[in-house]
Amino acid sequence: MLERIQVLICGGTGCMSSHSKEIKKAFEEELTLLGIKEEVGLILTGCFGLCERGPVIVVYPDETFYAHVKVSDVKAICAEHLLKGRVIDRLLVKNPLDKGKIKQMNELKFYSKQKRIALRNCGQINPLDITEYFARDGYLALGKALTELTPEQVIEQVTASGLKGRGGGGFLTGKKWQFAAESKNDIKYVICNADEGDPGAFMDRAILEGDPHSVLEAMAICGYAIGASQGYIYVRAEYPVAVERLKHAIAEARSYNLLGDNIFESGFSFDIDIRLGAGAFVCGEETALIKSIEGYRGMPVLKPPFPAVRGLWGYPTNVNNVETLANIPVIFLKGADYFTSIGTKNSSGTKVFALGGKINNTGLVEVPMGTTLREVVYDIGGGIPNKRKFKAIQTGGPSGGCITEKDLDTPIDFENLTKLGSMMGSGGMIIMDEDNCMVDVARFYLDFTVDESCGKCTPCREGTKLMLDILNRICEGKGTLDDIDELERLGQMIQKTSLCGLGQTAPNPVLSTLKHFREEYIAHVVDKTCPAGVCRNLTNFVIDDSCIGCTKCAKNCPVNAISGWPRQVHTIDPELCIQCGACKKACPVGAISSKPLERGVIHG
Amino acid sequence: MDKKVKININGVDILADQGDTILKAAEKNHIFIPRLCFLKDVHEEGNCRICSVKVEGQKNLKPSCKTIVTEGMKVITDDQEVYDNVTLNLELLTHRHQFECFKCSRENNCEFLDLLRRYSIDNEYTNSYGPCDLDFYHYQDESKVMVIDSSKCILCGRCVSACEKYSGLSVLHFNERGNKTYVGPALFHDIADSGCIYCGKCIGACPTGAIKGYDYVKQMERDLRDSNKKIVVQVAPAVRAALGEEFGYPIGTNVEGKMFSALKKLGVDEIMDTNFTADLTIMEEGTELIHRLEHGGKFPMFTSCSPGWINLLELYYPEFIPNLSSCKSPQQMAGALIKTYYAEKMEVDPKNIVSVSIMPCIAKKAEAQRKEMGRDGYQDVDYVLTTREFARLIRRRGIDFRNLEESKPYGMLASYTGAATIFGATGGVMEAALRTVSEILENKSTPIEFKQVRGNADIKEATYKIADMDLNVAVVHGGVAILEFLEIIKENPTKYHFVEFMGCTGGCINGGGQPIVKAIDQERYDVRSLRASVLYDIDQKNELRKSHQNEFVLKLYEDFLEKPYSKKAHDLLHTKYHKREAYNDVE
Repeated sequence: MLERIQVLICGGTGCMSSHSKEIKKAFEEELTLLGIKEEVGLILTGCFGLCERGPVIVVYPDETFYAHVKVSDVKAICAEHLLKGRVIDRLLVKNPLDKGKIKQMNELKFYSKQKRIALRNCGQINPLDITEYFARDGYLALGKALTELTPEQVIEQVTASGLKGRGGGGFLTGKKWQFAAESKNDIKYVICNADEGDPGAFMDRAILEGDPHSVLEAMAICGYAIGASQGYIYVRAEYPVAVERLKHAIAEARSYNLLGDNIFESGFSFDIDIRLGAGAFVCGEETALIKSIEGYRGMPVLKPPFPAVRGLWGYPTNVNNVETLANIPVIFLKGADYFTSIGTKNSSGTKVFALGGKINNTGLVEVPMGTTLREVVYDIGGGIPNKRKFKAIQTGGPSGGCITEKDLDTPIDFENLTKLGSMMGSGGMIIMDEDNCMVDVARFYLDFTVDESCGKCTPCREGTKLMLDILNRICEGKGTLDDIDELERLGQMIQKTSLCGLGQTAPNPVLSTLKHFREEYIAHVVDKTCPAGVCRNLTNFVIDDSCIGCTKCAKNCPVNAISGWPRQVHTIDPELCIQCGACKKACPVGAISSKPLERGVIHG
Repeated sequence: MDKKVKININGVDILADQGDTILKAAEKNHIFIPRLCFLKDVHEEGNCRICSVKVEGQKNLKPSCKTIVTEGMKVITDDQEVYDNVTLNLELLTHRHQFECFKCSRENNCEFLDLLRRYSIDNEYTNSYGPCDLDFYHYQDESKVMVIDSSKCILCGRCVSACEKYSGLSVLHFNERGNKTYVGPALFHDIADSGCIYCGKCIGACPTGAIKGYDYVKQMERDLRDSNKKIVVQVAPAVRAALGEEFGYPIGTNVEGKMFSALKKLGVDEIMDTNFTADLTIMEEGTELIHRLEHGGKFPMFTSCSPGWINLLELYYPEFIPNLSSCKSPQQMAGALIKTYYAEKMEVDPKNIVSVSIMPCIAKKAEAQRKEMGRDGYQDVDYVLTTREFARLIRRRGIDFRNLEESKPYGMLASYTGAATIFGATGGVMEAALRTVSEILENKSTPIEFKQVRGNADIKEATYKIADMDLNVAVVHGGVAILEFLEIIKENPTKYHFVEFMGCTGGCINGGGQPIVKAIDQERYDVRSLRASVLYDIDQKNELRKSHQNEFVLKLYEDFLEKPYSKKAHDLLHTKYHKREAYNDVE
């Protein structure tokens, strides 16, 4: 029987952890109770992207978008919407402009400005059902490649699309395939790099969870193009949902003979296995990843030889990132011209970003290359919450850098971001406001790379640790101007002499904040103050005359350090204050800030 | 490689051999590029970044040890930028390293210190930011065989690669990661229970003193001062072929005479030559082989002189234990004789004898500690000094080694034939055995030299016709080749009659206790062949070249042991091996 209504429930990890599975179960029970279970299709999909509003449910055919759905809301949705056709108003998203409600998904600015290619099926299909992927032209691209195109033509088409590696390097995918194809060997391998490790980035996970077949299909196409018959997906064990869905997808594809021997009776055979990573960040570096698959400690090795020449177990190997692969089927379905029509001249197609930090719409967005950062932050991202002032945007994760207000109108592409001293990276985008201390931000990222350095080469192993020690000193108020010079000296040396990409880019967060926010560093070492009020030893909160006496700060102070009459300017007792910053967050008028004390280090 | 590639280093045009790295091309043209972690064919990983150079057109500096020259390449090795980067990396390593040079085993040949001097490193990070976090340091010496001291480690990774490439066992590896990385067995387990065979190749690979043999120099000095103790020292064949290197002699210098003089100067009471028991080993082992041939024993029979090899067999291939000759190693035979025969003869209480052996070997330190290698509560060999420790002892006692007269030992257990001395090189035990066995079996004078078993090939095979029988022999050395060959035997169990195994490639002359040859010299010289040539030279010059011609050995049988393979010989000179497992206390 054909279903009258389809209810799509987000099954991304974010929504799952806020009980979307239980919501589905509640739906099943409720629909059975109402006796309309046959009429309503319930589908647990991949990530919708708007994680901020999760759990998210979309009801088709009218595309009603419900946000923040709770298990207790299910009864109402079933009774009112599914049975009687009345939309539940309170679960709709508010329109920030006219305070009205937005009913349909595509009315949300978050979605209307996006262009979904890699995420085309995420939130649209049931990832556990291969037939739904078929319905979205799944495996058509593979069929086309195997039956109509020669391997050379496949590579030509990928090259013509101008697709560049989405994992961070930005190397032309077609070129990469060509190198692997040119290496003469009977045994070759295709590896899907699903070792997503940038803090805050989760686009690969979303694709694997929401549309695993697109990755499998692309790997098979790549195998055909370069002459490989075995593929491996290297995915971190911390992604259990992705692993489970991948396993399921592989089994399904095998059962349809879309993986295995003689696919589409073309004579081409290809199979895929999963290899679990233990979660080391450095294993995202392709040579370290290969070592890890081989069973060695995941440490990068020198290139050349590149994996295309000597890769897994010494055989030519092509390594592509998940998002890169997810783009491949589209290139064959719609043509390379279609792909190049999106984006900019040098960077075609789209890019998925994981928006995080001080932004209203935290989540996953996919935009055409050439979209400006401002559009991403303000239109799609919905701007900065709590009327705070935008300070910087950090792209490229621990390898990237910061971009400031003045560069917000830069169109996003590989070249532009690099020119700004940051990088595309895998697509993490952390937005920072005035409450973020840039020294602390740099310290956070460096702490991550120090922790994740494999320890092989001197500059990365020893140098980043020393830089971190210096940053810690600065944040504690023990830094000197010489320390800032030393940071730059070390940073440049580490960039120049490290063995792999991790080390070569590790100093970027420090060097780029030094470039754009040097005055904050100087405030830390000379004035001994942290202007953003983050570094505790350097924080001295004071309330200025703009205080309206609303008492919110006093109510939020956990140690009762704030006193003052309503409608009068309040004061903070520095002896009692523990620099937690709760008052600053609570203040509606921005009257609370950190000011230097004359006696130097405040809390030593 | 005949093809030449035109490159330019520091503005000078150079014709480099195609396929060479920048480092190699530079060294061939006498251009200095600093190097630290690079160890040819063993460790070519580019960890240290000290050999970084500027290559035109490249954004970052390139490690010259792994960058292959290309036509028209322009390289700068020594401008201010390169210099600053190299210096900074050395500074960083300096910050990690704990400088205790006064007590370091690498007092005179530390590759790290050489570089620090060359670059006038002033340890500025330790001065400005304090020493490296001491929690990162790991130390173990519980085995009393090997010492791992991560405070000296600069994490070049050479030892890890050496362990993998020489022993084939990968016992040593990196633990933890990032700045907390340190080298050791997994989980920093006690090395004695880690599956390590004590070949000591890691020690020879280390550029600093982060991994070393357990030091008995102080113990020896103490005993030398104790007038109640009778100190009997035995010296292994391979020591004399390498000891000179510690005193500035070229690799491959025979310092036997000076070595004995040095021992006399130290004031030891009796000098014994392990060569003597090497001859004795041939008598026992040769007789055992003949016994097995005549009585249908287990074949192939394996030699048992190398304790590294014994460790490997007991730990990894215990199923082959019945194949092993039951003979003790020459060191332990000597030890047993010192505490019985010698003690009896000299009328000394064995308890007052300190039996010291000087060995090219780390595994011998462990062998001497084996419970079965002693009697009545004392060990046959009390402790073992490596060639390096011996040299250190000589230096510490202020002996001017280079100006010593040559002398011979005064002991009764120091005579030897040429057959004994070649024990120190791969194939030597086999050749010595063949000399004696062929003569006994054929009952007439047979040829002396069996050259097919000599040389540095990993696995050597030969067939000799002896007394109308084709005797198939093989010689295997180094862990990797051993592991390979044992699999060959598994597939073909009846092919071989007698196989010589040595835990170290090249045999004892390249043992883990020998003087350490710097990386660049390991590349320049064929160390194994040069040292082996000393032993073959001694053999050739010796009038007696067959073990059964050693009249003192024959006298020993007459006086004490009755005859080869007798009951008494069995009690003293033979032993039993047993299966062992690593990581016993880990669930």
